[in-house]
Amino acid sequence: MTTPTRTAAAPLLEVRDLTKHFPRRRALFGPPPTPVRAVDGVSFVIMPGETLGLVGESGCGKTTTGRAILRLVEPTSGSVRFDGHDVLALRGADLRRLRRHMQIVFQDPFSSLNPRMTIGAIVREGLTIHRLAEGDAADRRVKQLLDEVGLRPEYASRYPHEFSGGQRQRVGIARALSVEPSFIVCDEPVSALDVSVQAQVINLLADLRRDRGLAYLFIAHDLAVVEHIADRVAVMYLGHIVELATSRDLYREPLMPYTQALLSAVPVPDPTASRERIILQGDVPSPANPPHGCVFHPRCQHPARDMACTRLVPPLEEKAPGHFVACIKQTPTTVSWAQQQDVGATHPPERYLPVAALHTTSRRPTPP
Amino acid sequence: MAEPLLAIENLRTYFHTTAGVARAVDGLSLAVAPGETVGIVGESGCGKSVTALSILRLIAPPGRIESGSHIRFEGRDLLALDDRGMRAIRGNRIAMVFQEPMTALNPVFTVGDQVAEVARIHAGASRAAAWTQAVAMLDRVGIPAPDERAHEYPHQLSGGMRQRVMIAMALMMKPALLIADEPTTALDVTIQAQILELLAELQTQYGMSVLLITHDFGVVAETASRVVVMYGGEAVEQAPVSALFAHPHHPYTRGLLAAMPRLGAGRDRLQTIPGTVPAPTDWPAGCRFRDRCASAWDRCEREHPPLYELSAVQVSRCHLAAEPGRRAAGDAAPAHRVTA
Repeated sequence: MTTPTRTAAAPLLEVRDLTKHFPRRRALFGPPPTPVRAVDGVSFVIMPGETLGLVGESGCGKTTTGRAILRLVEPTSGSVRFDGHDVLALRGADLRRLRRHMQIVFQDPFSSLNPRMTIGAIVREGLTIHRLAEGDAADRRVKQLLDEVGLRPEYASRYPHEFSGGQRQRVGIARALSVEPSFIVCDEPVSALDVSVQAQVINLLADLRRDRGLAYLFIAHDLAVVEHIADRVAVMYLGHIVELATSRDLYREPLMPYTQALLSAVPVPDPTASRERIILQGDVPSPANPPHGCVFHPRCQHPARDMACTRLVPPLEEKAPGHFVACIKQTPTTVSWAQQQDVGATHPPERYLPVAALHTTSRRPTPP
Repeated sequence: MAEPLLAIENLRTYFHTTAGVARAVDGLSLAVAPGETVGIVGESGCGKSVTALSILRLIAPPGRIESGSHIRFEGRDLLALDDRGMRAIRGNRIAMVFQEPMTALNPVFTVGDQVAEVARIHAGASRAAAWTQAVAMLDRVGIPAPDERAHEYPHQLSGGMRQRVMIAMALMMKPALLIADEPTTALDVTIQAQILELLAELQTQYGMSVLLITHDFGVVAETASRVVVMYGGEAVEQAPVSALFAHPHHPYTRGLLAAMPRLGAGRDRLQTIPGTVPAPTDWPAGCRFRDRCASAWDRCEREHPPLYELSAVQVSRCHLAAEPGRRAAGDAAPAHRVTA
């Protein structure tokens, strides 16, 4: 019992300054092109058994982040520590051994299963590669796994095309579970599914987490889905994490103007609800040529947005306990007013929380 | 109610495949009044997109609109028109916006050409006049620097911009009816908000009717005045949007509403609908939803439910309308979880 608190609080996954730049092809003439900065200095930790939601719109770098952690794409720089191991330093057999503990469930249940393998063989492959079971023991294990994800064990001899999207996603989950990981990257696991089936898969993931103590990095663009499963949520925009907080804080009191706009854009399934809406202007800029300063400044609706936002890169700073936000105009900030004025600031930071755009008020009478 | 702009009666669109007859749309009736927005909601394979394509008669073999179906639009039966008559309506009086703007636009023509083509075909406009109109329309749908953007090709535009081009094409002739098939499904949520706002604005300005096809109850709640819920090729419930959300009747409607993750609901466990949608070649006899329904009893297997009238404005294809006492506890109305 030398350092009990320290061991208890050791993160399972620790990502620091993770960067992934994709080079672009050089034209025959002209200067070398700037790389696409898909992930640009991302840091976070995930505790054992914890679910971190990673949300953002297409092209924000959320999928690349998930893949870089597993080294399905090679990160450009940064560090990833998993259970004490330096993931980026491992090679060959060592890396394979580690991957047993870190798995992934892909978005598209149609292209992520080999159409020529039975689902039994798909689920069994990991057991064989990692020498966890063979022969009858492996068969039994496959049937157990199928049962655990809600598929009939006799389905083991069928092929992926015989299953619906939701069932295939269950196969993908069984495959990930087969090697008994402690951490799973769920990359948009329900976005391709219909609402009624989506709910089944979300509940399954929640049950597995409870029963097996799994940690998830849950990547999604649907904020409502993430709220149902995540303990903490990170919001990405143009390769950066711009806000990171507990689910409760992030959904109740989002402080990054981008998160506010994102939440306010979600349609509310209640015709009696009234809510103002923040409509962002324009599109997301290209990650090959991101804006200077704060990457969100060209579309930002914060009333104090000014020249300083175009010049200073906002640090991801703790605005409230456990609530990290990258915005120099949202109080409190460590970027002093004097520093901001030095680069042409005209509007002092202020607390901006457009409540009418974030929370709906319903005129609905309470149902009988 | 005024004379409807569009009246579909007993529409049946079947696909005669080697695996059997897929009854994609099977006896659908619905009406759209002038200036009204009607939402069709349902999951994959419920027949909502085939309904849209049937209205424009864009069904290719082995698909066929079966005899006995009627689609009346501005007083004419579209199914009785010859090809020439139909071409004069398509893109002119009825226009459509598709889900995936990248595949719906032609990659080898500039967007300006594609928008201008509509005016050249339907109004006989000259090349120059059509181009001017196209640029004005691109401006109207919020494309920045439209005279430059008109010279670009679809791949040079973002998804949201491409969808704006699709809308510009659709609205060139000021159609009486716009069919929007999942117009925002391929878009990010902040871009979806832009496009929905644009559609609402243009609808008011042009006074057109909109038939909005979507799987998202949130989109319907915010844009439609009336909703048709489809399941298994049929309408299972139809009501004004406020009535449908306040007291959904059909177990499928209730199940869908309860299964939707909602913002502000925290980490509640989601309700689910067990099982999956049956294949369209093989709809169950009786009620098509009965295998997934908590309330189903023997009558549901014996007797295909008609559309029961619950009130002057709400209908439901469920025997519970006749025997309300049969509703199972598991089929409770979805709890309305609303953040304060």
